[in-house]
Amino acid sequence: MSLSSIFSQFLAIVAALLLAPLLMGWVNQWRAWFGNRSGAGLLQPYRMLHKLFHKESVVAESASPLFRFAPYVIFGCMLLASAIVPTLSTDLPLAPAADAIALVGLFALARIFISLAAMDIGTAFGTLGARREMLIGFLAEPALLTVLFTASLIGQSTSLSTIVETLAHKQFAIHPSLAFAGIAFTFVSFAENARVPVDNPATHLELTMIHEALILEYSGRHLALIEWAAALKLFAYSCIGLALFFPWGIAEAQAPLAMLFALPALVFKLATGGFLLALIETLSAKMRIFRVPEFLATAFLLAVIGMLTHILLGA
Amino acid sequence: MTTLISQLINLFAAVILMLSFAMLAQRRILSLIHLFALQGLAVVGATTVVAYVTDQHHLYYSAALTLALKVFLIPWLLHRLIDRLNVRWDIETLINIPSTMLIGIVLVVFAFNLALPISQLSAAITRGTLGIALASVLLSFMMMIIRSKAVPQVIGFLAMENGLFFAATSATHGMPMVVELGIALDVLVGVFILGVFMFQIREQFDSLDIRHLENLKED
Repeated sequence: MSLSSIFSQFLAIVAALLLAPLLMGWVNQWRAWFGNRSGAGLLQPYRMLHKLFHKESVVAESASPLFRFAPYVIFGCMLLASAIVPTLSTDLPLAPAADAIALVGLFALARIFISLAAMDIGTAFGTLGARREMLIGFLAEPALLTVLFTASLIGQSTSLSTIVETLAHKQFAIHPSLAFAGIAFTFVSFAENARVPVDNPATHLELTMIHEALILEYSGRHLALIEWAAALKLFAYSCIGLALFFPWGIAEAQAPLAMLFALPALVFKLATGGFLLALIETLSAKMRIFRVPEFLATAFLLAVIGMLTHILLGA
Repeated sequence: MTTLISQLINLFAAVILMLSFAMLAQRRILSLIHLFALQGLAVVGATTVVAYVTDQHHLYYSAALTLALKVFLIPWLLHRLIDRLNVRWDIETLINIPSTMLIGIVLVVFAFNLALPISQLSAAITRGTLGIALASVLLSFMMMIIRSKAVPQVIGFLAMENGLFFAATSATHGMPMVVELGIALDVLVGVFILGVFMFQIREQFDSLDIRHLENLKED
């Protein structure tokens, strides 16, 4: 493990921690502009985190230790997930810790803890949110895994770094299977990050909220950690999408100078992605919760067809 | 260069298959027509690329014919038809889209398996796409079976013709020009006749639901 690889890993983590709230603010800002409002500004998520970290954390009397413990687990999972996704460079010492399959497991671990914590207090909303979260999770995970399998078949490895190296730095090739996988991945990310067709991140309406219902009981630094983790999750998903489908600009191993270009490339790609996300969110209507299985079944199906096309066409 | 072009053909094939699935899941008649026109466009793209690679000029003509008929004329006719029938904003209640989709996957696997030995015999640049063409034919066939309204069934029929045309292009670099002209004319006449037929169905039953046709006499 050389010094430069440790440095690139460190830089990737710092970039994830700092860019994630900014990405959230960027998406919210565009949502506000599309809705003809002036918006709270790009830095609002940072102010929010600052405020929450300085507030007292109130915990319900009936809470078990799990309730206090869960935010740290969730934040840790998301941080590790964003650390092993190749954002700036494929030279990541932490990457062997988890391949693409373990990455899905990390997201699942965070989901289980947030759902357990929501049910821990025993309020009706928490349980309702936890059930919905699990419903979405169990439908989204197979689709996400299948998308990653398609990419793994192309890269001949389940390690994300190897896949990205194959896609970005080998001879250019059109992969029709990745077109299917890309659409399926977009569907899954909307569902997993509680964005508009599945869940409205800005709502507190009890009939429709999913993510907000889970974290109603949290306050203070716990809430700050969970909000930061949600931003990191969006960041990690965006970076997986960019790494698989637009891998250009990510630096190779043994090329530390290329990281100078990787950062502007990443910021540019994230800005475009965030703009498109806000656009799609503004244009589409939130669907009924019982339509969600249909939406995610379509994602799963597209992912499976992507894999079949890869086997048939060999590309 | 050749690998890139064959990959381009594969990409068009994948888009055709994707649009077949989108049509299977689409509830709105208007969007169905748009999807059909897009599928026609993908077929035109694939045919043009095959024509360029194999240097067969008659494929350019059939691509142009497809463009005129299936991307412009027939969708326009269908638009007029649904305007006249006043079903532009109709939404069909489909039974259980996820299970329809699962059957669709099984059909795709079946078609791929069926086409694999055939395409191994061929040395053409488009050999991989035969399975996809077969799959989109089967998917359109299924769409005709599960739809209960007349207009989506007609669109399913037309989409099946798209799949057949693509199969012909990918397996044998296109049929002889006479056959292609004949089929194109057949499809056009078919749309006209089916249009008239739809008006008759609606006159008789006040709806386009073809399940009414299953009863032998009025009760």
